[in-house]
Amino acid sequence: MGEPLTAPRATTAAPLLRADGLTVDLPAPGGGEPVRVVDGVTFDVPAGTTVGLIGESGSGKTMTALAVIGLLPERAATGGELAWRGENLLRPGTDWHRVRGHEIAMIFQDPLAALNPSLTIGRQVGEILRRAGRPRAEVRRAVADLLDRVGVPDPVRRMDAYPHELSGGLRQRAMIALALAGSPSLLLADEPTTALDVTVQARILRLLRSIQQEQGLAMLLVSHDLRVVAHVADEAVVMYAGRVAERGPAGATLRRPAHPYTRALVASVPAVRTRTALADPLPGAPATPANRPSGCAFHPRCSLARDRCRIEVPRTREVEPGRWSACHFAEEVIGS
Amino acid sequence: MSDLLVVSDLRVTFGGRPNGRAGGRTKSWARRGRTGLVAVDGVSLRVAPEETLAVVGESGSGKTTVARCVVGLQRPDSGSVTFEGRPLGPVGRRPPELQRAVQMVFQDPRSSLNPRMTVAELIGEAWRTHPAAAPAGDRPAALRRVLADVGLDGDVAARRAGDLSGGQCQRVSIARALAVGPRLLVCDEAVSALDVSVQAQILRLLVDLRSSHRLALLFITHDLGVVHQIADRVAVMRGGALVEEGPAGQVLGAPRHEYTRTLLDAALDLGAEA
Ligand SMILES: Nc1ncnc2c1ncn2[C@@H]1O[C@H](COP(=O)(O)OP(=O)(O)OP(=O)(O)O)[C@@H](O)[C@H]1O
Ligand SMILES: Nc1ncnc2c1ncn2[C@@H]1O[C@H](COP(=O)(O)OP(=O)(O)OP(=O)(O)O)[C@@H](O)[C@H]1O
Ligand code: SF4
Ligand SMILES: [Mg+2]
Ligand SMILES: [Mg+2]
Repeated sequence: MGEPLTAPRATTAAPLLRADGLTVDLPAPGGGEPVRVVDGVTFDVPAGTTVGLIGESGSGKTMTALAVIGLLPERAATGGELAWRGENLLRPGTDWHRVRGHEIAMIFQDPLAALNPSLTIGRQVGEILRRAGRPRAEVRRAVADLLDRVGVPDPVRRMDAYPHELSGGLRQRAMIALALAGSPSLLLADEPTTALDVTVQARILRLLRSIQQEQGLAMLLVSHDLRVVAHVADEAVVMYAGRVAERGPAGATLRRPAHPYTRALVASVPAVRTRTALADPLPGAPATPANRPSGCAFHPRCSLARDRCRIEVPRTREVEPGRWSACHFAEEVIGS
Repeated sequence: MSDLLVVSDLRVTFGGRPNGRAGGRTKSWARRGRTGLVAVDGVSLRVAPEETLAVVGESGSGKTTVARCVVGLQRPDSGSVTFEGRPLGPVGRRPPELQRAVQMVFQDPRSSLNPRMTVAELIGEAWRTHPAAAPAGDRPAALRRVLADVGLDGDVAARRAGDLSGGQCQRVSIARALAVGPRLLVCDEAVSALDVSVQAQILRLLVDLRSSHRLALLFITHDLGVVHQIADRVAVMRGGALVEEGPAGQVLGAPRHEYTRTLLDAALDLGAEA
């Protein structure tokens, strides 16, 4: 599994999705200045590859994914570019009905909130299959097949269950089936395996990989599980306080981080086979987009921070072939 | 040591008209006349004061259902749940001090919080329900403190739950449960939506409360690494029943049941990918 891409990939063909300086502004709760929750995010998702999006809780990962599928909160304002097959999705007049479901589909972070509570999961998955052109007579069989592929035991019986009648992990698998039903080219998977035991998780990851190989499916995988990202992602994008801290090949990024925040994350992953001590928390308070620290947003919590970090926002630089970091002292971090 | 929580021989069936009760929300399967689904099939557990019992196991094996019985949101067909020897009935019929003593953090954080309420209102509501736990002095300061404990900035207090990220919702749920000073906290995948750094901060908080407030934990999780870090004992569930139970080091280090071994084998480790 998960051969990390080590060679720089060919850059001739445009990637399926390119985020270029993406920004998302949300209205502040009591009025006042809008809050920039996504601040200049740049990355590529080439066809057939998996990009792992990791980072602090609240750092803008879900907002980034929602921007790609046009489901941001109503009063959100966007900037920068999201090029889908070379066409900017952020321009007014994008035909989201054409794109959503069939071109781009999403596995939502909270399946219970995303599934329709008043329809059985069979109805919900069946509806997408029908819209994708499945003849009515075949739909029930196709739904059962799909639920079976995502590891729902006893699918014929389960398809008649309502979302609240399923366990957390079964709902998550129903959500995955729903996203795959439209045969999308890009899957936005927001924490798709958090409710799954490790054996089911392995099965889902294998399934996604095989669809990727057969149909060239591309994936933006949002996950807190660095082990999953290390195993399945080609590239990794690490976010902190709405910005990209670093990005590059997943294996190298997690083995030899080029940003102190990534290094702190990697050091906090507990081992499975041996008892590890709880990681030391990062000092200081988490950065919020509403009051983002000056200069490098990570500076109040960074052990390497010096004066320059408090003043100057780090430019994102290529610090090794294919690896980009927004740390003034990235070379030091990689080397240590 | 006498046990804090004792769950004995719990059995829960869905949809099959147990005791002739098949109304309301179970209509789909019940009306179709299918046989009931046995979700929990004779589970017994004990948690001592200050103890952490981790429950791991197959997805759909009945972990959440057991937890819901413990907090009184699910009525078992048979079996019993007691807290310090007192029977724990449905949540509505529990005396307030028992309601307060047993709190739960739910698996779907977003749908367990009213999206229209602000974080300050959500935690204020918990204090209103359990006045004995409410801070005596400055409320806003106390609120900031409980939020800081779970790694949230004070400015989150004015935000509506619907405007928070998944992990922020999860931390509000934890803060709300802890705000009333429980003696047993039932955590259903309570740190699964958090990055590993914030997760470690929350686990530290729970471990500290364990010694400072004698907090006991019933900790449901799929993350075996976390189990290693905080659990005293581990129970492994599959198909509605316990297949193995014992000290954490023993169950994870030298599992006796084949399913536990399967789980451990399937677990990924960081850095082992090459
Ligand atoms: N509807 C909304 N209105 C205003 N602010 C919001 C809304 N939803 C989220 N936010 C804020 O935007 C920021 C980014 O949220 P986002 O959901 O993208 O985080 P995330 O990286 O997915 O975090 P998590 O890992 O916890 O899910 C957070 O600070 C959050 O509080
Ligand atoms: N309200 C309900 N009606 C019908 N069936 C239900 C209901 N709640 C749970 N079930 C079923 O009971 C079984 C046990 O569910 P439970 O939620 O306890 O599992 P779990 O161990 O928590 O799984 P997961 O790890 O996926 O969250 C599952 O098969 C589930 O579909
Ligand atoms: S720029 Fe400075 S503060 Fe920011 S991560 Fe690098 S060393 Fe730390
Ligand atoms: Mg999110
Ligand atoms: Mg559950």
